[in-house]
Amino acid sequence: MATDRIVGIDLGTTNSLVAYMQGDTPAVIPGEDGLNLVPSVVALDGNNQVIVGSPARSYLIDTPDHAVYSVKRLMGRGVEDIREELKLFPFRLADDLQPGEVLRIRIGGRSYTPPEISALILRQLKRNAERFFGGPVTKAVITVPAYFNDGQRQATKDAGRIAGLEVLRLVNEPTAAALAYGLDKRKNGIVAVYDLGGGTFDISILKLHDGIFEVVATNGDTHLGGDDIDNLLIAIALDDIQGDLKLDLRRSGEGVQRIRKAVIEAKIALSSQASTKLDVELPGGHRYRREITREMFEQLIQPVIARTVGPTKQALKDAGLKPAQIDEVVLVGGSTRIPKVRQLVQDLFGRTPHTGLNPDEVVALGAAVQANILGGGSAVTKEMLLLDVTPLSLGIEVAGGVTDKIILRNSTIPASATQYYTTQVDGQTNVAIHVLQGERELARDCRSLARFDLKGVPPMVAGMPRIEVKFLIDANGILHVSAREQRSGKEAEIDVQPSYGLTDEQVENMLLESFDYAEEDFRQRQVIEARREADTILAALSKGKKNPAWDELTSAERTNAEAMEKALVAAKDGNDYQAIRKAIDALNDGTMHLAELMMDTAVSTALKGKAMDQTDLEEGPAAGHPVAKAEFK
Amino acid sequence: MGAGDASALNFAWQILNIVNTESKSSVIVPGEASTSCWSCGTMRAKHFCSACGKVQPAVPVDYFTFFGFPRKLELDTAALEKEFYALSRHLHPDVFAQSDEQERAWSLEQSSMLNDAYRTLKDPIKRTEYLLRLEGVELGEQSKRATEKARASGEVKKQVVPTDLLEEVFELNMHLEELRMQKKAGEDDPALLEEIGKAKLSLEEKYDALFNELKQEWKKWDAAVDAGTEETRKQILARILDVLNRRNYIRNLVRDVNEAME
Repeated sequence: MATDRIVGIDLGTTNSLVAYMQGDTPAVIPGEDGLNLVPSVVALDGNNQVIVGSPARSYLIDTPDHAVYSVKRLMGRGVEDIREELKLFPFRLADDLQPGEVLRIRIGGRSYTPPEISALILRQLKRNAERFFGGPVTKAVITVPAYFNDGQRQATKDAGRIAGLEVLRLVNEPTAAALAYGLDKRKNGIVAVYDLGGGTFDISILKLHDGIFEVVATNGDTHLGGDDIDNLLIAIALDDIQGDLKLDLRRSGEGVQRIRKAVIEAKIALSSQASTKLDVELPGGHRYRREITREMFEQLIQPVIARTVGPTKQALKDAGLKPAQIDEVVLVGGSTRIPKVRQLVQDLFGRTPHTGLNPDEVVALGAAVQANILGGGSAVTKEMLLLDVTPLSLGIEVAGGVTDKIILRNSTIPASATQYYTTQVDGQTNVAIHVLQGERELARDCRSLARFDLKGVPPMVAGMPRIEVKFLIDANGILHVSAREQRSGKEAEIDVQPSYGLTDEQVENMLLESFDYAEEDFRQRQVIEARREADTILAALSKGKKNPAWDELTSAERTNAEAMEKALVAAKDGNDYQAIRKAIDALNDGTMHLAELMMDTAVSTALKGKAMDQTDLEEGPAAGHPVAKAEFK
Repeated sequence: MGAGDASALNFAWQILNIVNTESKSSVIVPGEASTSCWSCGTMRAKHFCSACGKVQPAVPVDYFTFFGFPRKLELDTAALEKEFYALSRHLHPDVFAQSDEQERAWSLEQSSMLNDAYRTLKDPIKRTEYLLRLEGVELGEQSKRATEKARASGEVKKQVVPTDLLEEVFELNMHLEELRMQKKAGEDDPALLEEIGKAKLSLEEKYDALFNELKQEWKKWDAAVDAGTEETRKQILARILDVLNRRNYIRNLVRDVNEAME
């Protein structure tokens, strides 16, 4: 069955990757720079052109207000959720943000919602894949932290749509890692995946059985990762600098970003060295130097990494397993390179963790495996099936502000629950339902997912209507609700007000806008391509002028060609694609006779048994007129 | 205030008016399934076509029937797991990722039902409670969910103390009260703690014993399904409910002890 190419995407806090199934093995698709990792950084240059990935990183330091990183931390969250985040990250909220509106972040002169920023990263990955395949890529599997709630998942799916991708499935990151691991090892048993990334922590416990990957329990913290370690180091450096140099850099975007870059390098160095030096050039000609030993570093990060213990123990408890019953512990995420983290995992499980997988790539590789399965599978994946769970309980608010849990955490998805409601007032035609996600007993402590207003309940005596409401969590971990009044058989109309997140209409608009930008991008690309073509024909002409054929032209022909050459050189400096195109075409036509003469010369030279001028054949117009106009509109 | 008013106040008001009628509603009306595949017309297996593999529309059935099991309580969980995996391979949405919308919807419905059924049947207590509801027995106030809801809202729930525990519970509650008072005063009485610890141990033993008692009732129920009168079955169900209630009561008590000792 010929199916569309489906790629697997790891949309990470720090780095993002795109992968696909190359025959029997998943492989990461490199970018134009040849690198597998695309830093999850988005910047706008002076002309408001979007820059994504490695090139965007330099903007973090040079023009910090024109760049944003770690935007995954903001996905699906409201303003009130991110107060803590704002203290630690240089996110600049849009000034005109209305209460209840989806967050918007300022980058340079524009403002974007987190799904739009993620979409820019996804578009870069999509482009990388399209460049690699030489054809369009429109379908993807995208990974999310297992502990992402409904809103965060929805936001990720929206990002995919805005990027012009049909998101066939959201897969939990540790589960994806397990798929890659399982494909590699082909062993049955119980596997724990400990995934400590740039911004999120997940622990998942899976049962691998003849190709079935059954998640039995998952837990985590969507705001715990390498970023937190960086922030600790940054805080120390800022304190030092204030103490020693009497310099408060807290408000200096550039200063903080320089320090951030240095501490990340130091953190990485400390995974293999006993000590390292921080040496940062600060704005204003100052310099900050400090030595950090691994011992200090480990002491410092202890409270951060200790936060992974609770979720890990809870997952084991929920799975009904003792650490000794785990057959293998797989490490995922860049932060698991830290020796202290490995030690902690070893202590928790009483066994040496498996470190045979590249912690930065394994999630993307697993996403590629799942993409392959969804595409109909291949010989190696046809027996593989993933059975994942919902990480958080789903509940509804009932009298007294209490959460009534209707689908418990760690339930295999898809999962459903049916609830029945009635009215308490004669003639009541609306019933409001407040949907919550979380483990806490009181509604106010849980995450508000949405308020569903059931409308059009036929007016009846109080207590008479029997409204059946079905809650369904799909294979992406996203909630769907349907309702029916049973006595009248009438489908109740559901008015969804997502507590955070974009409406369908907003997503559509963003999709259109991204097309607009895409058009802008496209025009820009046309200009660049036309210039490149102009350079080729101009180079060919200057070569042709040295060819004996040039002298065979009439003087009018030569003057004409030189005039057109001048015109093209002038047009090339402008930004008008049409003008460059026209000048190229004109020069092309004007040198047609020259090209023919050169061809003739080349042929007769060859017939005379003389060596041909290779350069002419390869680059000159003599070689079949390589600059013959390509029609494209 | 009109019912159509969408103000926040009205919303809160409506929340307060939600009445959950769940416990009265679990009667499942068995549906009649078509016996041939909608796609190729072949005689089909229960949830998918045995010839062409196409998923079939879901038919509302109880969880036992979904798996093709009789309504019996002793259950080979290894066989259940095997069946669950096998059905998952046929029904999971991943298998239908490239199919049309209708098939994807059926697959979603079928596999969510499969997962719900598996989750309920593999757990011995959930399975037993499910059977009781299926047989029209009200679980009442002692069910785990009812207890947790009451605890969350701080509501004082009517607790029916099993008669054989009356004396023990009375004494334990006195001890717990004493412990709380001592805690407030910052005192420490090892003798009291030991006393409570002993009582807790005894409760935990009873808790385990009740599970064995429950298993005995399962056997009786299963036999009565094959060859019992309506009356015998009713009696067995009543005894099962009694065992579950006593067991839940003890579980709550042990939790109270743990909280007091923290």
